Amino acid sequence: MKYLLMICGDESHANDGCGGWSEEMEERGVVAGGAGLRPPAEATTVRVRNDELLLTDGPFAETKEQIGGFVLIDCADLDEAIEIAAKHPAASYGTIEIRPVLEPPPGVR
Amino acid sequence: MTFEEICRQEWGQVVATLIRVTGDWELAEEAAQEAFAAALERWPRDGVPDKPGAWLTTTARNRAIDWLRREAVGAAKLQEVAVMTQEPEAPYDVPDDRLRLMFTCCHPALAMEARVALTLRTLAGLSTAEIARAFLVPETTMSKRLTRAKQKIQHAGIPYRVPPSHLLPERTPAVLAVLYLLFNEGYSDVVRSSLSAEAIRLTRLGVQLMPDEPEAAGLLALMLLHDARRETRLTADCELITLEDQDRTRWDGELIAEGEQLLDATLRRGAPGPYQVQAAIAACHATARTAADTDWPQIAALYGQLKQTPVVALNRAVAIGMADGPAVGLRLVDDLAAGPLTGYHLLPATRADFLRRLGRWSEAASAYREAIELAGTDAERRFLRRRLREVSVRA
Repeated sequence: MKYLLMICGDESHANDGCGGWSEEMEERGVVAGGAGLRPPAEATTVRVRNDELLLTDGPFAETKEQIGGFVLIDCADLDEAIEIAAKHPAASYGTIEIRPVLEPPPGVR
Repeated sequence: MTFEEICRQEWGQVVATLIRVTGDWELAEEAAQEAFAAALERWPRDGVPDKPGAWLTTTARNRAIDWLRREAVGAAKLQEVAVMTQEPEAPYDVPDDRLRLMFTCCHPALAMEARVALTLRTLAGLSTAEIARAFLVPETTMSKRLTRAKQKIQHAGIPYRVPPSHLLPERTPAVLAVLYLLFNEGYSDVVRSSLSAEAIRLTRLGVQLMPDEPEAAGLLALMLLHDARRETRLTADCELITLEDQDRTRWDGELIAEGEQLLDATLRRGAPGPYQVQAAIAACHATARTAADTDWPQIAALYGQLKQTPVVALNRAVAIGMADGPAVGLRLVDDLAAGPLTGYHLLPATRADFLRRLGRWSEAASAYREAIELAGTDAERRFLRRRLREVSVRA
């Protein structure tokens, strides 16, 4: 199963890195993609309403915890996804949301 | 055994097996439902088969195969189910199936209320309407809650299995917590007492399926020891009777003996845990011949072994007060007053009780008034008002 791990924390930890987590998970063969993100101050939010392009400086919502990175993993089940997420250093100071990826209908993939 | 009893006994096993084989919770439940309907129609005419469970599982499995064929999807799934049909003995009554179902229903990634509802529906076989009534929500709400939970299990990939041993220390308490909550829901409310009976039945099953888990046995002992006093806790007009004033001759001696025996055997294994300790406390009460015979120092010591949450600390204060005198108890309770128990009715109620025992009537009266304001149930309020009248007369 594929899951997206959305890694949230406050900005003070932005430069903390992953303490070897990425290397460990790459080696284990469960990482299918991902990246760390520049700070939310550099975000641009886009909406189109009545054909009009509306831009906002900043993220979806101004909250203390912001998404600092995301990782796409491919593993056996939710128990394994939980185990992988719990090992990430951000789990001990921030929050990690695990979202199952929408599976394409049979025959499409 | 009545048809109803067979249903209650076999439902969990049939659904658990069908989920394992089809991987589809809705399908499993519908197929089981049809199998039970078929039984209701056929058994009165043809007689109950030798192995009703096997009959029901086979019938449910055949229904599932029919549906999968008709839908012509899930070829791999169909094959699996078909293989199962060719070996009629092997797949039925895998003891792991119900345990698998129990752990999956109680997975910590599901909300507590969803875990409770799912356990009652899929494992215990209560109807959605029954569960909705028990939790005082409309049937549609309960039905949505169940559907959402089943969808999450399927779509989020919650595995259908007994967790591997390294996960058991965190997962077993999650299962036991659901069972205990269920018991308490039924124990605190006369109208819903069937929930307690269901909780005891499921916990018995849990003990049978997890013979190496002392806390499961501890929980069952705790439930039995509480349940033994069920009939004596309220007056005919639903007023609370305290432990002290309960008619001990009406306590259920058989349940107490069973609870005690189970607890003794479990404690001998030398792996105590919170349910065993709570059961030991319940046993102290249940085996005291009179209220005055209660071994309060032992109860206080047992409370000391539990994790010191504010409520545990309050109970410990009560036990110490009963052992060493109300003045000591009152001091301990007053120490807790500024803490997180503010607003909890048993805090002023406990203060009031110690003040009453000390003969400080007017202080006791005002503490009872405070407790009445905060009390959550009518039975409690009625009890507290009676006490208030008693102390007011003497103030």
